[in-house]
Amino acid sequence: MITLFYLAGAIAVISTAAVIVQTNIVHALLYLILSLLAVAVVFYVLGAPFAAALEAIVYAGAILVLFLFVIMMLNLGQHTREQERSWLSARMFVAPGIMSALLLGQFLNVMSQIDQDMAITRVGVMEVSALLFGPYVLAVELASILLLAGLVSAYHLAKK
Amino acid sequence: MLELIWLLPTFPLLGFLALVLTGGTLPKQIAGPIGAGSIGLSFAVAALIAMEFVGSGEDYFVYEAWTWMSVGNFSPGVTFYLDGLSTVMMLVITGVGFLIHLYATGYMADDPSFARFFSYMNLFVAAMLMLVLGDNLVLLYLGWEGVGLCSYLLIGFWYTNPANGYAARKAFVVTRVGDTSMAIGLFLLFAQLGTLNIQDLMHAAEGEWEIGSGYAVAAALLLLGGAVGKSAQLPLQTWLPDAMAGPTPISALIHAATMVTAGVYLIARTHILFELAPSVQLLVAWIGLATLLISGFTAMTQSDIKRVLAYSTVSQIGYMFLGLGVGAWSASVFHLMTHAFFKALLFLASGTVILSLHHEQNIFKMGALRKALPVSFASFLIGSLALTAFPFTSGYFSKDEILLGALAVEGVGTWLWLGGVIGAFFTGIYTFRLFFIVFFGESNVEHHVDREVGGWHMNGPLIILMILALVGGFIHVPVEAVFSHGEAHDEHHVSGLIHGIMIAVPLIGIGISYLFFMSKTFSVEKLMSSGLAQSLHKFWLGGWGFDTLYNALIVAPFLFLARINRKDLVDSFYALIVTLSQAANGMIVKTQTGSLRWYALTLVGGLVIIVTLGVLL
Amino acid sequence: METIPVEHGLILAGILFCLGLIGVLTRRNIVFVLMSLEVMLNASGLAFIVAATRWGHAEGQVMFLMILTLAAAEVAVGLGLIIQMFRRYQTVDISVLSEMKG
Repeated sequence: MITLFYLAGAIAVISTAAVIVQTNIVHALLYLILSLLAVAVVFYVLGAPFAAALEAIVYAGAILVLFLFVIMMLNLGQHTREQERSWLSARMFVAPGIMSALLLGQFLNVMSQIDQDMAITRVGVMEVSALLFGPYVLAVELASILLLAGLVSAYHLAKK
Repeated sequence: MLELIWLLPTFPLLGFLALVLTGGTLPKQIAGPIGAGSIGLSFAVAALIAMEFVGSGEDYFVYEAWTWMSVGNFSPGVTFYLDGLSTVMMLVITGVGFLIHLYATGYMADDPSFARFFSYMNLFVAAMLMLVLGDNLVLLYLGWEGVGLCSYLLIGFWYTNPANGYAARKAFVVTRVGDTSMAIGLFLLFAQLGTLNIQDLMHAAEGEWEIGSGYAVAAALLLLGGAVGKSAQLPLQTWLPDAMAGPTPISALIHAATMVTAGVYLIARTHILFELAPSVQLLVAWIGLATLLISGFTAMTQSDIKRVLAYSTVSQIGYMFLGLGVGAWSASVFHLMTHAFFKALLFLASGTVILSLHHEQNIFKMGALRKALPVSFASFLIGSLALTAFPFTSGYFSKDEILLGALAVEGVGTWLWLGGVIGAFFTGIYTFRLFFIVFFGESNVEHHVDREVGGWHMNGPLIILMILALVGGFIHVPVEAVFSHGEAHDEHHVSGLIHGIMIAVPLIGIGISYLFFMSKTFSVEKLMSSGLAQSLHKFWLGGWGFDTLYNALIVAPFLFLARINRKDLVDSFYALIVTLSQAANGMIVKTQTGSLRWYALTLVGGLVIIVTLGVLL
Repeated sequence: METIPVEHGLILAGILFCLGLIGVLTRRNIVFVLMSLEVMLNASGLAFIVAATRWGHAEGQVMFLMILTLAAAEVAVGLGLIIQMFRRYQTVDISVLSEMKG
């Protein structure tokens, strides 16, 4: 199981890196799906099967399909690769790279001070559901309203 | 009855408010009665109060209306103080003021700004009454500045002519020099003696200061500065002749009868302070003497009827200062009153002349007017006689007392007396020069004189003032209690010769004037033929070059400084702030690229900095 | 009982987050930017799951559910905006949207 964690983590990192350097948007999307599925595996290893399932279904399934629809609508694809390549020079990565490296360095610096192990206990659907429909029921309602608002505004914005 | 004293300044103030709040739109039929009537009511109240006060035999009466302000131990009240001196002043202001207001309703009848004129006039009377009735120097100063403001407004009354505005500004700025000095004097008195109530102040000064001590001299000098500014004495006399730009009733009321004598009032009111500083008191006498002589010479050369009278006013106030300087306090106040009568008479009569000749002021374009303008002629005759101290006219008694007071001074007294007598000689010459040129000789009138302007409201005041100028000398001025101590009362035994000289000298002056301007026995042209005489004439005509001197000494350096400091040095500091913020704006605006990724990058940069700080601290 | 050091899970989340950040800062195609944002959101969700495992609680998963909802709504609105932008400018290049330049 522990090996699986590191393996899935490595796949997630590599495929995400591939997303941000891809010039073909459809390939990038596939790498993103791979990354999300790897993260779902990590969730499963960490004892959160419900989250892992949602990650696979909602993220990889629903959201990225939405992306795919839009890419098809905008008719992006093979022919935009040249343009993407011209936009993506190495120089573009310098400042963001330094910034992110600094941020990550600070993060690692803080993390290195923690030295705790976590015992993996399985937290199943039942516990999560008991919380969701118990103390957090109001938050769930709010989340549904947020989704409704997203739906309405997306409809409005995408309208001709 | 005495409690009604608060009504005195209230009536004119109400009149002012009524006129000014209607925006000067009231028609003449309403504005005139309001303007003159308010002063008339004041005069009626003043007369009743004066009768009761003099009858009561009290030394003084205090009426506290309310406390004006209270700051720590400084709490001047709006408090009226009535004694002999303020009784005289209040009667002169309301009485002569009422006559002049009445006259003005006729004089200004054709002026489109009739209501505005009377609103200023009423405000002036209110301020002047505050000045003389206030029991503390703060209230006095309020009135002092109030009359200065009204003087400014009224000199520049016909503001469409830039020259009038200039004259008004000059009067305001020059008197401001004196006012500043007086304000500093008030600060000094308050800092040293802790009160500004005049009576307390005088007692405290007497108790704490030695005669001739530094503080007494400084305070007296500073107050004197204020007095010479307001009363147009040397060296601040230059504004008064130019102030004749205002309407003639203004010249009569403000620049002859009341406001310009405020300096005399101030010194008389604080005479104890001046007695503590004998050197300053003597300086007052010398200033008065120098002023009366210099303006006497100048008056002989002027050709504008009002400027002659203006210089003669300066000269007569010089007599009052001379009287103050030699300790003849009551004589000065007496002369102040008689001068108010005959000088108001002369100014109002000159107003009638000017109006009848369609605003002609040059005396060489008049002449032979005695038939055409009989009322003015009579007024001028009586006024001139009083002015030259013709025996038994009002001016004779008052001037006589001043000169006798001067003679009583030990040491320099003879010289002061001699100077005063010489001044009286010149008074005779210039007064009757004016009189003869205007009313006798050839007629040089350019416009035909249809008739003498008049009517009861113009001629009535003239007649009353004629009577006052004639018999005013017999009025008793009830000021003994005010100046009870320290007045030179040792009845100097004066020989008949001295009296004879004092009577004869003005008459000789009149006689010389007669020979030159009436019978033409001597020719002015002959006298003026020599170069020396011409340059002297020019010098005197320009008022002894004081304007030129002040221009060179003060105005020119000031303008020079203003020119080299055109880009205000102090402003450059603020300009620097502007430049810096503009530069900063120029730099920061470059960061607003409009690029979303740049904004995100700076956001992350900020995050990095905050986390770094969080880790470090 | 198997254990994983808690910092390893968090470091994985941090790396994913920074990769997403680089994507947001680097790409000019707005669709890529939106995808990178999804990565960043996902990384923060991962951090919540790690923390939940550390304490053996279910609240972390509840929080992940909230983030998921947020991401779904955000993507819906974001894609709507992209379509509108493409209609106006006929491009997906975000650098043309620079009218706020000072």
